[in-house]
Amino acid sequence: MSSRVNGAARESILAALRARGDEPGEPPEIAGMWFESASAASQRRWFVRMLEAAGGRCTGVASAAELPAALAATPEFASAKRRVSLLPGTGSSGIAAGERGGEDEREVDLAAISHPAELADLDFALLPGVFGVAENGAVWVDGAALPHRSLLVLPQHLGIVLSARALVDHMHAAYERLTFDGPGFGCFVSGPSKTADIEQALVIGAHGARSLCVFLLEAD
Amino acid sequence: MSHPERAAQFLANPERADRHDRALWFVREKRDLAAATVPEWEHLRALASEIKRHTLARLADYLEEFETNATRNGAVVHWAADASEHNEIVLGLLAERGVTRVVKSKSMLTEECGLNPYLEAHGLEVTDTDLGERIIQFRKERPSHIIFPAIHMKREDVSELFAHELGSDPGVCDPSYLVAAARVHLRQKFLEAEAGITGVNFAVAETGGIVVCTNEGNADLGTSLPPLHIACMGIEKVVPRARDLGVFLRLLARSATGQAITAYTSHFHGPRSDGELHIVLVDNGRSALHASADYSSSLACIRCGACMNTCPVFRRSGGHSYDATVPGPIGSILEPARDPDRHRSLPFACTLCGSCKGVCPVKIDLPQQLLSWRRDLAERGYLAPNTRRAFGVGGWVLRDPLRTEWAGRLMRLVGRLIPSATFERYFKGWSSARSLPEVPRRSFRAQWKARSRAGE
Amino acid sequence: MGGRVKVALFVPCYVDQLFPEVAFATLELLERFDVEVDYPAAQTCCGQPFSNTGLARDARALAERYAEAFAGYDHIVCPSGSCVANVRHQHANWIGRETAQHGAAARTFELCEFLWDVLGVQAIEGRFPYRVGLHASCHGLRELGLAPASERGPDAAGHAPVDKVRRLLASLDGLEFATLERPDECCGFGGSFAASEAAVSTKMGLDRLADHERGGAQVLTSVDSSCLAQLASLMKRRGKPIPVMHAAEILAGRAPTGAAQR
Repeated sequence: MSSRVNGAARESILAALRARGDEPGEPPEIAGMWFESASAASQRRWFVRMLEAAGGRCTGVASAAELPAALAATPEFASAKRRVSLLPGTGSSGIAAGERGGEDEREVDLAAISHPAELADLDFALLPGVFGVAENGAVWVDGAALPHRSLLVLPQHLGIVLSARALVDHMHAAYERLTFDGPGFGCFVSGPSKTADIEQALVIGAHGARSLCVFLLEAD
Repeated sequence: MSHPERAAQFLANPERADRHDRALWFVREKRDLAAATVPEWEHLRALASEIKRHTLARLADYLEEFETNATRNGAVVHWAADASEHNEIVLGLLAERGVTRVVKSKSMLTEECGLNPYLEAHGLEVTDTDLGERIIQFRKERPSHIIFPAIHMKREDVSELFAHELGSDPGVCDPSYLVAAARVHLRQKFLEAEAGITGVNFAVAETGGIVVCTNEGNADLGTSLPPLHIACMGIEKVVPRARDLGVFLRLLARSATGQAITAYTSHFHGPRSDGELHIVLVDNGRSALHASADYSSSLACIRCGACMNTCPVFRRSGGHSYDATVPGPIGSILEPARDPDRHRSLPFACTLCGSCKGVCPVKIDLPQQLLSWRRDLAERGYLAPNTRRAFGVGGWVLRDPLRTEWAGRLMRLVGRLIPSATFERYFKGWSSARSLPEVPRRSFRAQWKARSRAGE
Repeated sequence: MGGRVKVALFVPCYVDQLFPEVAFATLELLERFDVEVDYPAAQTCCGQPFSNTGLARDARALAERYAEAFAGYDHIVCPSGSCVANVRHQHANWIGRETAQHGAAARTFELCEFLWDVLGVQAIEGRFPYRVGLHASCHGLRELGLAPASERGPDAAGHAPVDKVRRLLASLDGLEFATLERPDECCGFGGSFAASEAAVSTKMGLDRLADHERGGAQVLTSVDSSCLAQLASLMKRRGKPIPVMHAAEILAGRAPTGAAQR
């Protein structure tokens, strides 16, 4: 089905590429003296430093139970007129109900969203992160956890919750943790969106999120 | 017009030329700093070079493996022999679905194929969503740098442009204000789009996935909102395994902008559950380069732009002076393959300083390939007749030491007798800004001969 | 074993005809270290301009002449980074890898690398009380590894090249270096580039001069007379000339004409 229309192009391209008659071989082993953290503490500091260099922020949170308080103390969350959280215990059934004793109309009901564009007015979204990479401050977000991929880029501000124990030093370790079996989406997010296209002047907040805060959970 | 003519035009505005030079030198310095933070940098470069060399040796196998796995994930893979097949395939997909509004994130390949004008001629609206690309799209210009398309412009230019196109305040030139104006405008385009076209930074054979890197999030906005995602890629973009991404992603952003990684590095395996993913594999001259012993390693290029930032000629002539989709050192190798007549001046727009080779993350020997192009162009008759004649005489002279000495004496005599003004009139190229060296009375060889005869 | 080191002096064609003083300084320096120097008169040109313009016939003829003229010498020494790089790296394209590897091409050295690597000379007696603008000529820098290039870090094993030219110059009493913003940006000569891309070439040269001026250079030097000619010609036109000397001349103890001492 895929190539029936371009069968001729496909065959001619592959034939042209095989004309050299190269010897088959194996790809090189990815190995080396990769720089690694001396301790979990230095690894965490490295991650935070790189995240901040990319324009992101990091807040340490003692446990999941403290997360609602940490969120309430986060200006982008507190001032959000429309927000959503994918973390259990922090959404409409969580803080809002506890604090206000009822439904908070600021919380968006994802079940009621029929088209991702309806999330365009989201001020804040809280997403789960799978693991972080110390050498560049990036967090892997798994699309399977996102009812809509646009949650990664439509909200004005983004929060990602990550376990402090889920950090790796570098991208080689990152790809050792990742398997790609079948359809799916995933993204390394490092910092808010940005651009330097105008005179090389760095501006934080291009088309995607204008800020990113990583909530690093010490304990589950 | 040739590169030197366009370069002279660029340099006729010294303030802009200096600004351009300083801006890109700054990026080169950021690259240096980023590379210095990775002690294993040179090892990564060597690995990346080897992975690419191996991949190119088995490119057909990896493309087939990629197609199988991408198809298994639910993507549809198309093959295009050249630019017009690519354009037809993309138009076909859009027209079949009644799409009229398209958003596009950065893809040098679609630029190479002239996709935008083609789609527009068929009545579609195409919005380039990378900020730099949007700016030059408004101005109906081509990108002047593959990473920073609008680096040749000042903020005042952008302010004036946005005032006209977006209704922003023409009195405000602050980049933050301008970016905010563009954000509002482009987010609206994303919401209204019916299809999103992206490029591909890496295609993974082992998993059938594609990776797209952006700082703005525009590829993700363009593919998470409309249901149709069309990803266009050159056939050289495939890598064997997911773990190879670890090597390339450690090198790419650091080489391009000095960042450790771009803000978004998205991995697409198959379409969204409620959407479609079509991947168009494009040859358009790549298999010909692949077959060439001299130039096949230029296909290793991961389009980071580091060679452009370090090139002293590029920084002082601007990307538009190359009159090519991909400018700079790598463009001067790729483009003559496409059109040697049009691009004959490009391999000569270079002093062979070698800095590009030092920064290339995949260790392409750019200077050697530029030299090979010079030889190829000379053999194919692309040298100017004057040049050939002058070098012909020079070569004849230098093949004999006696002729060399006599020619030298003649030259030195002329140099002493003819007034500089006359000389300069005839040798404008050298002398428009320069004066001539002092001319010695005797050559070294004449003096050595005299010394030997004097019995030393 | 006893006996003097014997070398053939390779004088680039333009140095022979336009800057013979550089060749004499090279000769003097080598003789100071008790090197026996021959000058094979059959030499003419290494062919770099032809190689760089893609003119295979002349490039080959000159590469062959080079191999013949210098056959039988263990070391060929030349005061030009670009000519030596051309001989060592490009001649193989014209006369074959085998011939190049076993012949004169592989035994050709730039002056400073010969002093440092072959003779083991790391210091030169002499005095040069001036602030020197050291122009890091590209071919010597990157192709011969005469110094670390600013875009490169240490190699995979953690090593970086020694800056031989700088170290030798620094060994002279009183010599200081001008600090440059861009320590190894190209001067813009590039052979026929200087004529075919005159606007860019001029701009590159002027930018280098401005950098040296800001760094307070009193004398400009490098291991390539072509770079120095480019810079000198632009200085003269601009009316702000400072003395320009090849590194060989400084190391051989020549004094600059027209520079105020520090």
